[in-house]
Amino acid sequence: MEQIKIASPKRNGEGIFPFLTAAAAVSMLLLVGAIFLVVLWGAWPALRAFGPAFLFSAVWNPVIDVYGAAPAILGTVITSLLALALAGPLGVGTAIFLSELAPHWLKKPVSFLVELLAAVPSVVYGVWGIFVLVPWMRTGPGLFLESRLGFLPFFQGPSIGVSVLTAGLVLTIMILPTIAAISREVMRAVPQDLREGLFALGATRWEMITRVVLPVSRTGITGALLLALGRAIGEAMAVTMVIGNANVIPVSLLAPAQTAASQVVNEFPEAFGLHLSSLLLLGLLLFMITLLINLVAVWLVYRTDQWSSGARQPGKLKGKGVAGHA
Amino acid sequence: MPDTKWRLVKSFVPEAVCRLAALLVISVLFLILYYIFQRGAGVISPAFLTALPTPVGVPGGGIGNALLGSLVMVALGALLAVPCGVAAAVYLDQNPKSRLAAACRFASRVLTGVPSLIVGLFVFTLLVLRTGQYSALAGGIALAVMMMPVITLSAEEMLRLVPNSWREASLALGASKKQTVLRLVLPAAAAGIAVGVMLAVALAAGQTAPVLLTALTSIFWPENLLQPTASLPVLIYTYAISPFADWQQQAWGAALVLVVMVLMLNIAAQLFIAVKNRRG
Repeated sequence: MEQIKIASPKRNGEGIFPFLTAAAAVSMLLLVGAIFLVVLWGAWPALRAFGPAFLFSAVWNPVIDVYGAAPAILGTVITSLLALALAGPLGVGTAIFLSELAPHWLKKPVSFLVELLAAVPSVVYGVWGIFVLVPWMRTGPGLFLESRLGFLPFFQGPSIGVSVLTAGLVLTIMILPTIAAISREVMRAVPQDLREGLFALGATRWEMITRVVLPVSRTGITGALLLALGRAIGEAMAVTMVIGNANVIPVSLLAPAQTAASQVVNEFPEAFGLHLSSLLLLGLLLFMITLLINLVAVWLVYRTDQWSSGARQPGKLKGKGVAGHA
Repeated sequence: MPDTKWRLVKSFVPEAVCRLAALLVISVLFLILYYIFQRGAGVISPAFLTALPTPVGVPGGGIGNALLGSLVMVALGALLAVPCGVAAAVYLDQNPKSRLAAACRFASRVLTGVPSLIVGLFVFTLLVLRTGQYSALAGGIALAVMMMPVITLSAEEMLRLVPNSWREASLALGASKKQTVLRLVLPAAAAGIAVGVMLAVALAAGQTAPVLLTALTSIFWPENLLQPTASLPVLIYTYAISPFADWQQQAWGAALVLVVMVLMLNIAAQLFIAVKNRRG
């Protein structure tokens, strides 16, 4: 008779195994904290030198070693809100199509294509932006806006292609899949009986969508929009390549400007001392803002997710299309 | 009812708008892919894929060292991120309701939304600034930070698909928790976890900012992990913003190589999931 080996916790390192897995889980938390502390440490000299004035000063001058982030902050706010305003309706519309309107055979392939759009690296969007979108904006829509609406301060020319508007358009394309994919997930989780109930009452499909699907998934869609906003704010490479990198307070949408992320990427190679520290302070601001937005967004998206977890299909990879680019 | 027709029209118009929105989104993808293929295909040749870059104006430059550098850094990132990410997923799977699990899950989701530029700044300040040396090692660590939350979240999802009755059977047979995880649960979920890793690799391969800030770039073959190293995305970026026509041309070619690699990984992962879902 063969001897039966009984697993002894001590001998097999059983004691250390749960400890190791828990340590890995803790490391995820530590990572968030470490990112904050390390960047704060690097940004400390600039934080001490300028304090809150850093946010409001428009002077960024490495020669006299004085730095203020107002142009970068404004550029970030304008480009990302522009992108959100354009991508929001388009993305939610696409999600409605994917979740409610598309014939069954079309749903999967189109959803897959939307996810592919999220997988394209941001530097590739940048290449496309710099060589295709920028020349087109210079001669096409940019010139049109300049000649027809140039009397308005925010469409003042000359339209040279690289501009706040071009950056906003590239960001729009980049955050579209985030909005569409997450909103679709949230809408799909709306219980089927609610839909059938409205149909039974004689509602048309659109009435069903506006009275059941959208209200029920409202929180989740808000979360999706916030996640997309976070991505737009933090996007570095593609924006750097098409915004023109001019350190000015952006007034006209057709003029070059910069965002916090593009300024960091652009000036990083030559920076040292207080200049470098100021760039890290910009990074710290970005981190805190995107962290805050993500905290709220994740809470909103996954709260609805938990609420309807019974309706979820198993075997689907989640968390895709949420991942950051650059 | 005279009202019905009007209600149908009111229903049809916004539906059509949604259909158009979806069409527009898909067209944008195809438009971008079209340009990448059209402008990039002519550049690609065996020599382009294997040669070192040449100075401006000297013909015959390639992306060999950038391809190898990317490969090294992504592999290094995966080597660091996979064990740690899967271990965290095992914890989440074993203690799904614990407070630490909730916090870890939350942190992972938040981390996937942290701009990659910040990850670059983090590793730069931590390693490059201290040692005064841009390196492939720092690049690999930055990529590992990007990959870890993605791997953890997808691996947890995959571990959860392993039926609980299997675990109970294993424990009932006298296996320890560790044996159950290592010999039963992880092998059963291995294929699914591999899909998550593929997606994380695809994500890491396309990252520019974290690599630019940590590994910088180089015009030589990578020789060891402690020196500046070229990578495909950084090469694309530098070539695209350069004023030289031949470099810009090569940027299209390199972008095509990167897009094909990343999309292949994504398509393979999706196909795999589709096959698995069909089998049940």
